[in-house]
This record gives sequence, C-alpha cells and structure tokens, in this order.
Amino acid sequence: MRATVLVRPRPGILDPQGEAVGDSLRKLGFAVGETRVGRLVELELEAADEEGARSELERMCEELLANTLVESYEVRIESGS
Amino acid sequence: MRRSSPRIAIIVFPGSNDERDAACALRALGAEPRLVWHAERALGDVSAVVLPGGFSYGDYLRAGAIARFSPAMGAVRDFAASGGIVLGICNGFQILCEAGLLPGALRPNASLSFVCRDVSLRVERADTPFTARCRPGQALTIPVKHGEGSFVLEDGAACAEQVVLRYEAGDNPNGAFDDIAAVVNGKGNVMGLMPHPEHAVDTLLGSADGVFILGSLVDAACEREPAPTAA
Repeated sequence: MRATVLVRPRPGILDPQGEAVGDSLRKLGFAVGETRVGRLVELELEAADEEGARSELERMCEELLANTLVESYEVRIESGS
Repeated sequence: MRRSSPRIAIIVFPGSNDERDAACALRALGAEPRLVWHAERALGDVSAVVLPGGFSYGDYLRAGAIARFSPAMGAVRDFAASGGIVLGICNGFQILCEAGLLPGALRPNASLSFVCRDVSLRVERADTPFTARCRPGQALTIPVKHGEGSFVLEDGAACAEQVVLRYEAGDNPNGAFDDIAAVVNGKGNVMGLMPHPEHAVDTLLGSADGVFILGSLVDAACEREPAPTAA
C-alpha cells in the first residue's frame, strides 16, 4: 500500500521558510498571499486494509514524522494500491 | 567524603561535534568526563549527563527527532526520572525537547540563517543546578551557533517559571519566543540551552562566562557523587 503524509507548521507557528518562498514568488510577479512550507513523506507500507494502514500511519506521525506541538499532519492513502 | 572529581557522561551521537569541547571544559573545571556512545544502554556510574551540540543523525526530519530514539536516551530518560541532572546544549536541547523531557520545541531561526556569534544573556534563575554560581539578573556573554534555535512554547504562561536564561532585549539571535535561551523542566533537574558554555571557558576564546554554567553543573555533580566505599 502506498501512502502520503503531509506535515505542516501549525497555524500561528512562525514559518520563515514559507515567508521567504512567498516573498520570492511575489518578486517574480505572482499575486501570492500567505505561503506556508511543510513536508511531504511518501512511503510504502504493509497493511491488511486501509483502516489498519491509517492507524499505523497515525502512529508514525505521532511518534516521529510530526512534532505535534508545532506541526499538524494529514494522512492520504492511495486508493486501489 | 565526596569524590573530588565527579564523573559526568557526555552522550555521543553520530553527528555530535561538540563532545570534545564539552569534555575539555568539564575536565578543566575539575570533572571527569566520560564519552558514552549513543548505542550504549547504560551510562555507568555518573553524577550528571551532558547532551552535546552537533547534528545528531544528520538532524534529518527535525533537529533531535531521531536521536531521541537512540538506546542511550532510554538511560538518560531513566537518569532524569530518578532526579539526575541532565544538561542539553544546542542539539542536546533540541533532543531533550523532542524526547519530551523539556517543554516546547525548536524551530528554524526566524532569519533562516545559521547564526554564529556571541550573544548577551540574562540569568533569570540562579536556583538551579546549572546556574547556582550566577546571581539573578547577571549578564553573561556566551556564543551561539545554530540554524534551528527559535524556541516555541505551547503555553508560555504555564512555563514562565521554567525560564532560566533569556537573550538580552535586542540580542535575540533566532526569534525565540519571549527571548528564551534556556529552560528547565518542572523538577529543575533537566536544562536545555541554545548557547554553548563549553566554547566560553577561557578568556583566550573571547569569554569565560560559560564557567558560570558548567561550573555550577560540576558543583552539583560533586554534591551528588556517592560516598566512596571503604577502600
């Protein structure tokens, strides 16, 4: 099964990387507002079903992939994989 | 009678790079440093633990995120839980936050630049094992060198009492919340700080103010040394 984990800085947490990227886009002439930069983790995992995969992925996020004090996460499982 | 030179463990992770400076500084202050490889499950008979600066496990994912799972960290966690004194410097601070032994988290510097310079600090608490040689309000000059030192707290008010050092107003090098440079845990036996006291123990290197911190640690470790068995 293939899955994607999106990790984002929580609202209100300073994201200097997002600010720098937003500034650069505006300098290039794009009409861009607030810009936030997170992290994307693509992985393959063994799981009997989607429900099992989801709970496994959530454990991965809580234990390692995200620091939930400052980051939120979202799990996406590729359907049909 | 206490041993005159307390044994202090310095945990060495792959990617640590300040363990020798820490050992050198602690030895100069009368301690007996012992380098402990991260794969060790026991710290041995020590009276304090230092987590040194560096880039443990490449700091992949987030600074300190992977190091906290190393075998030695299990021993550090037990040592802290039993009241043992633990000091995390820079990357060590990041590891202690990731491990949940200290509140908060360290995010990339607001400037996005790696900062390497002396900073002016103010002692907020002199009643910890890490600052007993200081007086409240004392000014210290100690260098920082980091890219992820912007301290963030979920609930600043709840942790106000745990702030030990602040950057002087206008000298915050990383955008840390409330100018926080060092915090202790609730019990006061675990501290993390972004500045590097081990790089400031000799005026030849610009400042010897790091001695106030590491000297306090050595004093506290001395007090915790077990009485020697009859020999």
